Order: sequence, then C-alpha cells, then structure tokens
Amino acid sequence: MDPAGPAAARIATLWWTMLAGSAAIFALVMLLLLIAYRRTPAPHQSEHRQERFWLYGLGLAFPLVTLAALLIYGLVLGETLVPKSRDNVVRVRAEARQWSWSFGYADAAGLRTQGVLHIPAGGPVDVEITSLDVVHSFWAPRLAGKLDAIPGQVNVLRIEAAEPGEYHGVGAEFSGPGYSGDAFTVIAHDAAGWAAFLGRATE
Amino acid sequence: MNALARHRALSRIWSSQPGWRGVISTVNHSDIGRMFLLVATLFFLIGGVLAMLIRTQLATPHSAFVAPAIYDQIFTMHGTVMMFLFAIPLFEGAAVYLLPKLLGTRDLAYPRLSAYGFWCYVFGGLMLVFALLAGLAPDSGWFMYPPLSSSAHSPGVNTDFWLIGVTFVEVSAIAAAVEICVSILKFRAPGMSLDLMPIFAWYALVTALMILMGFPPLILGSILLELERAFGFPFFESALGGSPLLWQHLFWLFGHPEVYIIFLPAAGVISTVLPVMARTTLLGYRWVVAAAVALAFLSFGLWVHHMFATGIPHMGLAFFSAASTLVAVPTGIQIFAWLGTLWKGRPRLTLPMLYIIGFFFTFVIGGLTGVMVAIVPFDWQAHDTAFITAHLHYVLFGGFVFPMLAGLYYWLPQLTGRKRFFRIGEMAFWLIFLGFNGAFVAMHWAGLLGQRRRIAWYPEDAGWTAINLFSSISSFVMAIGVAMVVFDIALHALLAIRGSRNPWGAGTLEWAMPTPPAAYNFASIPIVGDREPLARDPALANKIARGEYFLGEPRGELRETLTVDAASGIPEALVIFPGNSTLPIALAAATGAAFLGALIRVYWVIPLALLFVVGLSLRWGWSQHAANCPGFQNVGRATLLPQAIETDRSPGWWGSVFLLVADTVLFGSLFFGYAFLWTVGPNWPPPQWLSLSVLELALGLIGAAAAAIGLHVAARAASRGASLWRGLLIALAGAAMTIAALAMTLTRAGQLTDYAYGATVFVMIAYALIHAAIAAIMICSLAYRTLRGGASCPRKSNVNIVRLWTDYAAFVAATSLVATQFSSYLT
Repeated sequence: MDPAGPAAARIATLWWTMLAGSAAIFALVMLLLLIAYRRTPAPHQSEHRQERFWLYGLGLAFPLVTLAALLIYGLVLGETLVPKSRDNVVRVRAEARQWSWSFGYADAAGLRTQGVLHIPAGGPVDVEITSLDVVHSFWAPRLAGKLDAIPGQVNVLRIEAAEPGEYHGVGAEFSGPGYSGDAFTVIAHDAAGWAAFLGRATE
Repeated sequence: MNALARHRALSRIWSSQPGWRGVISTVNHSDIGRMFLLVATLFFLIGGVLAMLIRTQLATPHSAFVAPAIYDQIFTMHGTVMMFLFAIPLFEGAAVYLLPKLLGTRDLAYPRLSAYGFWCYVFGGLMLVFALLAGLAPDSGWFMYPPLSSSAHSPGVNTDFWLIGVTFVEVSAIAAAVEICVSILKFRAPGMSLDLMPIFAWYALVTALMILMGFPPLILGSILLELERAFGFPFFESALGGSPLLWQHLFWLFGHPEVYIIFLPAAGVISTVLPVMARTTLLGYRWVVAAAVALAFLSFGLWVHHMFATGIPHMGLAFFSAASTLVAVPTGIQIFAWLGTLWKGRPRLTLPMLYIIGFFFTFVIGGLTGVMVAIVPFDWQAHDTAFITAHLHYVLFGGFVFPMLAGLYYWLPQLTGRKRFFRIGEMAFWLIFLGFNGAFVAMHWAGLLGQRRRIAWYPEDAGWTAINLFSSISSFVMAIGVAMVVFDIALHALLAIRGSRNPWGAGTLEWAMPTPPAAYNFASIPIVGDREPLARDPALANKIARGEYFLGEPRGELRETLTVDAASGIPEALVIFPGNSTLPIALAAATGAAFLGALIRVYWVIPLALLFVVGLSLRWGWSQHAANCPGFQNVGRATLLPQAIETDRSPGWWGSVFLLVADTVLFGSLFFGYAFLWTVGPNWPPPQWLSLSVLELALGLIGAAAAAIGLHVAARAASRGASLWRGLLIALAGAAMTIAALAMTLTRAGQLTDYAYGATVFVMIAYALIHAAIAAIMICSLAYRTLRGGASCPRKSNVNIVRLWTDYAAFVAATSLVATQFSSYLT
C-alpha cells in the first residue's frame, strides 16, 4: 500500500474508496441490528409496508445502485490498466521456473538477467510472462497488480515505475516447497542508466 | 390402540439393532444424521488442529517449526478437510436429521442410500486421515493446480490421495443430494404445499440441486487429472495439446458454487432460528426463497472471478466481475429480510441469537470484502495474498460456522430432550467471536502489506511480524472457545436435566414430538395447513401421538409413510421402507475397494470390486419389491392410496431423474473440456484426427435409436398389461449394437499419451460405453425378472426407470459418436 507507479497508485485509490464505502454500509447494518433490540415495535404495522421498506428499498434498490456505480468505476479503471497501444512501450520477457525468474529484453537480443528485472523509469513497460514448469504469478506490488505465468501461454502485464529505484517482486501463486523464497528484484533506471544497461549487452 | 401402545409398536418396527450391529446396519435417518454430524465435527476438530499448526508456523518470522514440505501438506489438508470433510457433510448431516422432522414424515426417500452415502464419506475420509498421519498428504494447495499437481512435479502418492479420496467423498455428497431433492419434493406431510414448506427445506432443496450441478465438474476434473497422473493422458499438459487452465475452469466451476452450497444451508438455519428468537414470523418468505434461488443461479456464473489474474481478456473479466457483484444483491435481500424480521418482532438475546449476531458482524464484513475482490483491478493486487485468506474465512466462518453454532444450540434440546445448565456456551461465544475477528482482521492487513497466502516463512524485515503474532494469539483464543463448546456439549450429554418439549416456542413440526425423538418421528402423519402448524394448533403434538392423522395404526412389521404431489402436497401413495440392512456398508466397502485399487495402482482390483458393486446393486434393487401388489390400501382417515412402487413414477424413478441431472452435468463438463481444448488450448490442432467411420456411426446411431424405441414399446406394453418381450428384445439388440460401435471407436482413439485430443476422444467414448453397459445390465435384469416373475407387480415403474437410463445412454452414445467422428470435418 505504498504505490510507486500509476497502476499501483490507481488501485490504491480504489481500495481507499471501497474501504470508506464498506465501513459506512457495515455501520448501517450494525446500527439497524442495535436499534432492533432497543426499540418498541410499532403496533400493527402492515407486513406489506415493511416488505416495501426492507426488501424493495434496502434489499434490492440500495445494493443495485451502489454496486452498479462501483462496477463501472472498476471496469473503467481496469481498461486504463490493460496494455493497449504498443508504441513507445519497452518490452521485456519474464520466464518463471521453480524457483527463479529469468528476464529477457526486446531491445537487446541475447541479454538475459537472473532474478533481476531491469526497466526504464517513468514510462510504461510490457512484461511478457510465461512459465517453464508449473503455474507462477508475476507480482511487483508497488508497480502493478499480478498476472499468472502459465506454461504454454504468454500473458502481458503493463507495469510502470514513476521513479528510479529498486522494487521488490515475488512469485505469487503457490508453486511447491520453494515458494516462500521465490522472489526477484525490479530495478528501474533513469534514462542514462537504462542506456548503459542496454549498452552492456552489445559489448 | 392408545398412545403408549402405539409408541411401543412403532418403536419396535422402526428401531435399529442394539450395539455396534445397529451402527453398521441402521438405515434410520435420525441415526445416520447424528452419525454424520458427529463425524463431521471430528473432522472440524482435525481441521482446527491443522489451522493451529499453520498459525504456530506463521507466528514468528523465519519459523523453523515445520519444514515447507510438511507445511504444504498442513495447509492443503486444512482447506481440504474443512471444505470436503466438514462443511458439506455437516450440511448433509443436519439435512438428513432434520428434514423428515420438519416436513412431517417418518424417514427420507431412500433410507439405505443415506447409509451408503455416510459410509462412503467415512471410508473416503479415512483415506485422507491415513495420508495425513503417514506424512503422505496432498501438498499442492487445496485447489490442486496442474502442472504442480501433475506427476512430473508431484511424483508421490500425495496428490492421488486427494483426487481419489475427495472423489469418493463426493459420491456421498451426490447420494445425499439426490436423497434430499426427492425427499423434499415427495415426502412431506399431507397438505404441505411448496409455499407452506419450512424455509429450511427450501434452502436444503436449492443446496442439494446445486450439489448435483456443482460437484460433477470437479469429479470430472479429478478423473482427468488422475488419468493424466496414472497413464499419461495429457489433458493439462500444454506441450501436448492440453491446457492447465482447463483444470482451473473445471475446479472453479465447482469451487464457486461450493461457497454458496456452504452458505445457503447456514442461511436456512438463520431464517429458521431468527424469527423464533424474535417471536414473530419471517418477513418476506417468498422474497427469501427467490433470493436463495437467484443466488444459486448467479453462483454458477462467476467461477472466473478466481481466475482474474490468469490473462483472460479484460472484457471477458467484465462479465464475471458484474456477475460477482450482482451476487451481493440476493445476499443483501436476505440480510435485510432478517433485520426487518427483528424489527417486526420482539427479539430475545438467547445463546443461538448471540451466534446469529456474531454472524451478522462477520458475514457483512466478509461480504463487503467480497465485493472488493470482485472488482478486477483490486483483485489483481489482492489475489493470492493473506487478504483473500482473511476474506474467505470471514465468509465461511462467519457465514457457516456461526450460524451452525446457532443451529446447534437451537436444536440441542430437540436432539437430546435436555436443557443446558451451565453458561459455558456464552463464554465460549465471546472467545470465539473476539478470537476470530482478531485473527482475521490482522490477516487482511498483512495481505494488503504484501503477505502472500501459503508461505511457510517470511523475513524479519517484511514488517509483518507483530501482525502475524497478534493473529496467531487471537486464533488460539478462538481455539479455546471451540474447545469450550465441545466441553459444553459433552457436559450436556453427561448431565441429564430434562427440558420442556418446545423450549423456544417454535412453530414447526420438529417440535411436535417427544424429545429425544423416537425412531419413527410421528406416531401419525399430520395434516398441515400452515407454515407454522404447531403455532396454530398447540395440541398438535398430542393429536399426532393419539394417532388421529394418517398411518396411525401400525400394520405388521412395515415401516410406512406417505408421498405427496410435489407441488400441492395432496397425498399420493403409500411407501413401505426397507428395514435395517448391512447392504449399504457392504456396497460402500466395494465402492471403496475400487477407489483403493486406483489409489495403490493395483488395477485388477477395480473390475473385481465393480463386479461386487453391480451384484450388490442388483440385490439392492430386487429386495425392494414385494412379491405381490395389494393395490389400494387404507392409510387412515378413510383414504385409499396405492403403493408408491405401483405408481408410474415411483421414488426410484424420481431418484433416477435427479441422479441423471448430475450425470448430464458431468457429460456437459466433458463436452466443455473438449470444446475448450479445441478452441483455447495451445498447440492445437493435433497431428492426427479420428477419421470418420460410417460403419461405427451408423451402427451406433441405429443401435441407440433401437434401444430407446424398444423401451418405449415395452413401456406401452406394460401399461396395457401385455408382454414386455418384444420391446425388451429390440432394446437389447440396440444396446448390443451401440456397445459394439462404441468399442470399435474406442480402439481407434489413437496413441492416448501423445496428444490431448485422442485422450479426450477416448474418455468421451468410454463414458458413453459405460452408460450403454449400465443400460444393457438394467435391460437384462428387467428381462430376467420378467422371465422369473411373469407378471410381478411393480412392472410399470421398473420399466419406466430402465427407460430413463436407456434414453440417457442412447443420447450420450449418439452425441459423443457424432462429436468425435466428424472431428476432421469440423476444422
């Protein structure tokens, strides 16, 4: 919950919004429960009127409206997070295995790094994720959500680091006895550092 | 006959044998229900101990309490035990025990099937317990994703224990579900139309239907994965045309409905208990029924929300995200119906009500975090973290364990006829409530900070140390609370303080009998004209005991009850139940031997065991029938009814219908898998298609048609009282042709280990072949009986049952032949 990129930041905002809304709904339900024990029931209220209040109103209309609003928010946000245009996007490849990650770079054929993913800071990066054995999941929590690494399939995740720095990443789908220690590092470079990194490959 | 003499006569007829012989031969629903509840509780304690081991491991960073290899077994078994060996069987036990009492009848539709299901559950559970004790327990997580669970990455027998043990237990769930559906629809008190049913029966009906639709995909998945592990059929191997995602689809196609299969019975308990505690009736009965049905429908449309992070296109996810949020609407309707009920009445703060308040508190939080993770972007972060673990415990513990504890304390006086003395239950509640919330609120937080689920250790610098220690301590507080509940119940069993008959002032029929209940439930079967018959007529219990209603005069040694028209509740037929029998436990043992043969890979055991299964099943079917048909009989109150097995649609016919529903879902899942690999699977198309054989296709289709027509002819002959022979011979010839055609296709399925396509074709054809063989056996059995008995009486209903199975086998044979033979033309 300490976002360092636009994707993670927007998801964090979503979380705080949902938390506030949920707290309000929870408080409402608890209040209604408490009042049930504190009030003296109104004599001979018609069952029909009660149904209209509790079931049409609170049971049906209230959740429909709230959920529709939340759903639209979530879907619009999701659309902005999904990689679309591939112009000016740095492409890297992540290959998972039990229990290590190796990374390749579209801008430097033949360059491979083990356990450390290098990316440029301040711009979108598409990670092409796959697995060589069982199902894993690529997750750098401060940069974006997670996406599974599935054998025989390539999934593309867009990540972005606003600032240069080192970010923690883990395999996030249970993958056997070595799962707990299955981690990698993402290093986001400034422009010069990125060029130097790519240059290292051509040497 | 006075009430006491009637009680003595009925008790003699209905009681099980004394001692251990009674345990293995009882078919009485009260016995079976209590046994189910007891064993399910034992598994809850086993699962709880595993949970405490997990929390011990995670209490400190870099924990060396157990090694990851053992830890993986512990958390896998915790999930497996709680889901398959505790939650579902506890519902089955509660339903088996309560339903006949709520519905005003003397037993469930198939007493021996209840016993069979119970023993399958016990034997399957024992397999998993053995694995746990021997250190061979499954260790790939309770949802067993391949390729991690494939033989390449899990070579040991551990995964096989899961696939085979759990499937065996699911047989018991299917048996119970068929039983529950038919019992609710047909075995009710006269006059109890569907809209007068106790609300719990509605929930149980919806749950049972969901089991029939939800479990077959997992059964299929388990069969396919076991075939891959044992024989190398590459269904989930992407390099050979399979797909690991196929498992995830099949698993969650089961797994999500499963959550509601667990929640709905608990909601049924709340809808029953809460109005009694508020001294009123449930607000919006029809709304609540509609909400339960809607929940069931929606729950089958949101399995993909467990797979948001698998790379499915975002627009596809949108549909499932919408369905997942929508499911909150019927849940909300129920919550507000309950709150409205409390407002309508004058609520008391009793112990069951305390647990219901605990439910409100935890379940609402679980529901709200559920809506959060239904929102796709948030799930991309929260998925597979401790946040999810916390959410699902809020839903399952809050939505199932709290209501079930409320139900336990509500029905305890009914079960034992005693009253509680010490206030241990109240203390236990507070420990459980505070401990639970402490443990799992903390876990939400750890998840948001990035703690993944299922890790065996974490570094000191992760910043989760204090949170985890707090969570572990709280979980132990909760465990002490659970232990106190067990202690409370044990004291209750030891100290006999007689209670009054209807201590809560409830209005449903289970309180209109002496407690603890007699084996026959009702001395005479009451007439019901109200949702709360006991509230309307407080003298009802005495009238029942005096034999004023139906079947008040015991005849001979017969266990008798009534069936009614499913919708209106008008009495329809007289049922004579089978008595005590060891056939169920023997059949369960034979079934278990087949599963055990597959587990230890001694394959010659399987056909041998299946031979026993078929033999015992035939004996089971035959012993059902009386030698002669007495026709209409007096059931009391000047009413004449036929025997149920003489009617066109006997209980056996109804059971077949519901069993075939589950079977159809299994076949549909197989078809889904075939189409899924075809369209989505990587590395498709296969190197070689199955070529079209006109001979096989024609032989199979003509045979299937002939079998169906033959049974149609036989059924018409049966209603005219004419000879069955012509129809049966046509059907038999048709079945033989179909079997020959399917067998020929089977041999041409190709190298099964080379490619997923051939393996899938093989499984489809084998499935059809098995059903053709079942139909053939049934037709032969009918022919044999015709030969022996000539005009033995329940002819019509038997022909109708065989006709159902034959029609289904014909449909399956035709569909799978067409779907596979035209393969090469479909691309």
